[in-house]
Amino acid sequence: MTESATSETQRKISEKLDIPGAGFDRWWLLVAFVVGMILLLTLVTPDPFARMVRFMAEGIWVTIKITSISFALVVVVGLIGGLGRLSRNWLIKGMSTLYVEVIRGIPLMVQLLFWYFAFPAVIQNLGSSLNWPALSSYRPEPEPMAILGLTICYGAYMSEIYRAGIQSIGKGQMEAARSLGMTSVQSMRYVILPQAIRVILPPIGNEFISLLKDSSLVSVVAVADLTRLGREFSGRYAIPIETWSMVALIYLVMTILSARVVNWIEHKTKLA
Amino acid sequence: MTEPIIRIENVTKRFGHIHALKGVSLNIDKGEVVVIIGPSGSGKSTLLRCINRLEEFDGGLIVVDGIPLDSAQNINAVRTEVGMVFQSFNLFPHLSVIRNVTLAQEVVRKRKRAESDARAMELLEKVGIPEKANAFPHQLSGGQQQRVAIARALAMNPKIMLFDEPTSALDPEMIQEVLDVMLSLAREGMTMVVVSHEMGFARAAANRTIFMDEGLIVEEATPDMLFNHPTQERTKLFLSKIL
Repeated sequence: MTESATSETQRKISEKLDIPGAGFDRWWLLVAFVVGMILLLTLVTPDPFARMVRFMAEGIWVTIKITSISFALVVVVGLIGGLGRLSRNWLIKGMSTLYVEVIRGIPLMVQLLFWYFAFPAVIQNLGSSLNWPALSSYRPEPEPMAILGLTICYGAYMSEIYRAGIQSIGKGQMEAARSLGMTSVQSMRYVILPQAIRVILPPIGNEFISLLKDSSLVSVVAVADLTRLGREFSGRYAIPIETWSMVALIYLVMTILSARVVNWIEHKTKLA
Repeated sequence: MTEPIIRIENVTKRFGHIHALKGVSLNIDKGEVVVIIGPSGSGKSTLLRCINRLEEFDGGLIVVDGIPLDSAQNINAVRTEVGMVFQSFNLFPHLSVIRNVTLAQEVVRKRKRAESDARAMELLEKVGIPEKANAFPHQLSGGQQQRVAIARALAMNPKIMLFDEPTSALDPEMIQEVLDVMLSLAREGMTMVVVSHEMGFARAAANRTIFMDEGLIVEEATPDMLFNHPTQERTKLFLSKIL
């Protein structure tokens, strides 16, 4: 009763705060401003800006690709990790906890370096001692290793988000589902997770934006992303101010655009 | 004498240091309505929750409709035959009223959407709120939510209904609408175990009233006998406080 009364007031307040016009809010102005800046620079001074953007276009695509693939995997790994953390099986729970604690304690940069340089060396050494040429001649591909590193790292943080979201759903919900004869898997799928997802949507959105920014670290493991191409361009023509300003603006467009999309999805699910 | 539909034998349960049930035995026959009263902490809710194994018990035996509550498989089998109504309703807030009533029908009973919809509407008629089928739980009053919860449990065609203080979280003016639904269920011959202090309901519907205190059944009798002529001192003391 009191619970539904508060959610009622909350909805009324949020409806009042919203600017009319199908979810438009003033943050779109910032998006327009930054996009406008980039257009202005490339149109008014095509040299070096238009040239620079053309040079880095492939890198923008690589950044988007690496971020999207990693994020899709992180959503799955996080769910598995989060459920594992809540498992009643001590082995599963222990392994999930170990994964989360170890990974969260190591800098992402070090993890990326490990997966690209150390892990393949381990495979190669193993291959030569087993006399197995398929392994000893193993050469890592930069992009898959970068995606692996980002996924494993962000999967650990995402596990904690899922765990917190699931735990935020009152235990009466699980009891009600179980008392109707649903198995624990069915209860999780039809009753707990749909509610938990709404709770964790904002932090999941934040994780996407962090991942987008942290993907710039993959430039140190031979991935030709936006940051990497920025460094090459800046080095080649010795114009650091222009290059890094443009790189920053491009990242900014991507992050605030993502924030708007997250906000929009959140808004939609709240009304449902 | 036929086999009782619920057979509870010497059930014990501890929560850490607290001895919640100290060896409770109780048989309930098909079609019987049993009301359990007692002070808070007396173990009445724990006993009720043991019947569909929402609470694990440490010792003793519970057999529901011939199925002993021992394996996970049996527990799920029993749960589909035993409906439960909670003090805090526990409706699924992300689902509309009708989906609350159809979810388990489809997932557990594997009924088709049309069939489960028809069953849900029939039950929403029965509890008196068919017009709220497409509303969401937060749009309903407490009394309406509890009636939906009853419909949700009935949708599984249970043989037994358990009520855990179904009116304790309700505003006074909404209590009667829930009790009326329970009363009509009792008249139809549903086996019911009700933890509640609603004397009016007990007098009108119960075959037996049980008084529990400190993890034991202290006294059981017809509602009239128990409320008007209790034999045990503890029962008299408790009744003098709530009447």
